[in-house]
Amino acid sequence: MGLLSKKDAKLIMDPLLDDNPITIQVLGICSALAITAELEASIVMAVSVMFVLGVGNVVISLMRNVIPSKIRIIVQLVVVATLVIIVDLVLKAFAYELSKTLSVFVGLIITNCIIMGRFEAFALANKPWRSFLDGIGNSFGYGLILIIVGFFRELLGSGTLLGIKVLGDPIELTGVYAYGYENNGFMLLSPMALIIVGLIIWVQRSKNKTLIEDE
Amino acid sequence: MEHLELFFKSIFIDNMVFATFLGMCSYLAVSKKVTTAVGLGAAVIFVLAVTVPLNWLLDHYILQPDALVWLDGNSETPKLSAYYGYDLSFLSFILFIATIATMVQLVEIIVEKFSPSLYNSLGIFLPLIAVNCAILGGSLFMQSREIETLGLALNYGVSSGIGWFLAIVAIAAIREKIRYSNVPAPLRGLGITFIITGLMAIGFMSFGGMLTTDGNKEEAAVEVTETKTEVLQEGKTESTQIVEVSKITKE
Repeated sequence: MGLLSKKDAKLIMDPLLDDNPITIQVLGICSALAITAELEASIVMAVSVMFVLGVGNVVISLMRNVIPSKIRIIVQLVVVATLVIIVDLVLKAFAYELSKTLSVFVGLIITNCIIMGRFEAFALANKPWRSFLDGIGNSFGYGLILIIVGFFRELLGSGTLLGIKVLGDPIELTGVYAYGYENNGFMLLSPMALIIVGLIIWVQRSKNKTLIEDE
Repeated sequence: MEHLELFFKSIFIDNMVFATFLGMCSYLAVSKKVTTAVGLGAAVIFVLAVTVPLNWLLDHYILQPDALVWLDGNSETPKLSAYYGYDLSFLSFILFIATIATMVQLVEIIVEKFSPSLYNSLGIFLPLIAVNCAILGGSLFMQSREIETLGLALNYGVSSGIGWFLAIVAIAAIREKIRYSNVPAPLRGLGITFIITGLMAIGFMSFGGMLTTDGNKEEAAVEVTETKTEVLQEGKTESTQIVEVSKITKE
């Protein structure tokens, strides 16, 4: 017997594509757009969300039978806020520059709708192990979109990936810059993040016609 | 003057939706009809106007480094206080969100009691607002931008709420009309909304040159270039891109 049954594997695989938190469930957009100007920031954000969602889902799932339903939102918020404080302090200790770039958006993981959405929709009704898998799966789906957007914005906007100049040097005119290529500074500004996510949705829905909305 | 500047800056230049992407989830989910959009927008203005000043008080009298010195009456001479040297700022997330969740609940009860008609129009949106990033974002930006007085904090809350209101009403109106146009099927609904929001954000960027700092009447174009430069520098980019963007701006 493998570690994951078929049902469990589905929990991880579904949110990657057909039930993606960002493009299908429309959860957690805010942070996805604001911090994707660099690939590194996107990756760190994805990992932070994975930690918060994975651990949070387990905690909520363990407490699901003792939380009175009237005050569950506040209980959930306290759990998330505690986990986010841990993430914030760890980032400040080990990656100070990056925590400056992410600024308030680390704090905003608290109100990231992905977290509350998965707590409400899954962790409150399922056992800890399945909730953990659901948390990891959804944060993978979230991270995937973040990394795609971050990849294109950093590559086309500054010609670098993770800070490494993959397209050559724009000042000394090496690499593709020798042929007259120029960085598109517009990619670094906020509106392009929205447009890139729009285009990802376009591609995804033309591949899978069942996802098309009829308004 | 300071108030007026902050007011316009928060509505147009630092618009919550278009400049910082706060509250996008409810912005996308509740913008199918203008009437519901107006309801949610009004609720957001209301809650921001209450929570930002409240969190400003928390931040100023409890959380900031050495903020506790007023406890034993040593505000003038902080070093004499027994509470000198305390820094509770790591608690800000949990305190802010607790304030917000409590205030939302409280506002809901009060509105239900005293104005049932307003409650019916806002009703379903109020609980949603506790987890709207625009609300927590308002408080966190208030903290990180170091807003100085309680009055300015109130102003900041109200005006960024108005900015959010404007954005959601505008997109709702566009989405009502776009139903009649022939959008490519895979883009229908969410996709086209993202792209329209992107285009609107580009439009809102042009407000960047609206304010002149400290009453200096500089050329508008210079201002725009400067704001763009700042935006880019925040994104830790290299000087070349800054030059490129200022070229674009001049054109």
